[in-house]
Amino acid sequence: MVQPLNYLAETPSQTAGPYVHIGLMPTYAGNPGSYQEEIGVSPISGEVQGTVIEIVGSVYDGTGWALRDAMIESWQPDAAGRFPGQDGADPAVSGLCRFGADAVTGEFSLRTVKPGPVPSRYGKPFAPHISLWIVARGINIGLQTRIYFEDEDNSEDPLLARIEQRPRVDTLIAKKIGENRYRFDIRLQGAGETVFLDI
Amino acid sequence: MIDQGPLIPRNREMHPLAYYPDYKTSVARSPNLPLLSMESGPSEETGPTFGHERLGALDNNLILNWSKGAAPAIGERILMHGHVLDENARPVRNTLVEIWQANAGGRYRHKKDGYLAPLDPNFGGCGRTLTDENGYYQFLTIRPGAYPWPNRGNDWRPMHIHVSVYGHSFGQRLITQMYFEGDPLIDRCPIAATIRNRSQLDRLVAPLDMAFSRPLDFLAYKFDIVLRGRRQTMFENKLEGM
Ligand SMILES: [Fe+3]
Repeated sequence: MVQPLNYLAETPSQTAGPYVHIGLMPTYAGNPGSYQEEIGVSPISGEVQGTVIEIVGSVYDGTGWALRDAMIESWQPDAAGRFPGQDGADPAVSGLCRFGADAVTGEFSLRTVKPGPVPSRYGKPFAPHISLWIVARGINIGLQTRIYFEDEDNSEDPLLARIEQRPRVDTLIAKKIGENRYRFDIRLQGAGETVFLDI
Repeated sequence: MIDQGPLIPRNREMHPLAYYPDYKTSVARSPNLPLLSMESGPSEETGPTFGHERLGALDNNLILNWSKGAAPAIGERILMHGHVLDENARPVRNTLVEIWQANAGGRYRHKKDGYLAPLDPNFGGCGRTLTDENGYYQFLTIRPGAYPWPNRGNDWRPMHIHVSVYGHSFGQRLITQMYFEGDPLIDRCPIAATIRNRSQLDRLVAPLDMAFSRPLDFLAYKFDIVLRGRRQTMFENKLEGM
């Protein structure tokens, strides 16, 4: 016998199901007034330091169909790479946003501030990125990924450097489609499958 | 102190399979390629905080919150309560717990839910609260009904409440479902069956908790939640590179 290891196991995930927006985005679900103030409505408010950008895209399943029922959460630092609560962080950046696809077009839109680089334990900082967490019916445990930007220097990013198949790096890079506008599509499965993370 | 150091890597064997053909929607929505594993960094070790000032007084009372206290929802009155802990068995304080559920007849207040069971005019179906200093939370609600869903020929969801938790960092994010002790539909449910480890599935089944039931008022069900913990040693690499 040996001494016991007294760790608890993490509670298992279950799918968020088709009605996740009832609980987490009630106005989007058609139930305005459920709460006085909803959470994650916008990651920025008021006078934000830095560049305000819009990222549009869709979440595609393995058949190429754009999901209408996914819920995405984004989490990010301010333009200088400081997360809410850290010293000197921009008070206009709450960092969290919840969003879903348009019921007709299947396209989502995230309006936020372009994040700055953040420190890592790997010697080089992480290039500017936004973390995403995607849940939906048929997704049994939330999928994590990141949005990087094609107009930033991503060459020394410690996470992107870990991707063995170099063409797959491209799946994490938002493409510039206009002034302060980017496109970032997420492919759950198959050709061009997005790199999902276990971090 | 508690919120320093990298997150303990996820033990994916404790979680559902992403691809589980009996749950048909998972077939085209599960990644084929392996996940990229890496030690957590600031993006995963930080997370949103929520203040009490944003929560309304009835937010954790689903019996009354939709009608703003005017009339109670129909159904079996229950207290859902428990602790949010991390893998190191420490309480997760002041963290947001959000729930959503069908009404007593098994119908969601959602435009896409066309089940025969009627809507309850006094039931919305969502609630939220913050854990206290001990990681403890409570909701007053009604027991949701089981409902049929289009999957295999005749699939029914067991009675369940959807639960969303943040913890203190974005890497701890978790959505799960609470089931009810004794429900014969649990063992027939392909969504519950995505969890292949039986003892892990059992952890989603809330026991009837008579000690917390209130005589002549409500029954109680206990549901504890464990989130990822953190490693703290004297030998961690410092964050650098700015
Ligand atoms: Fe459900």
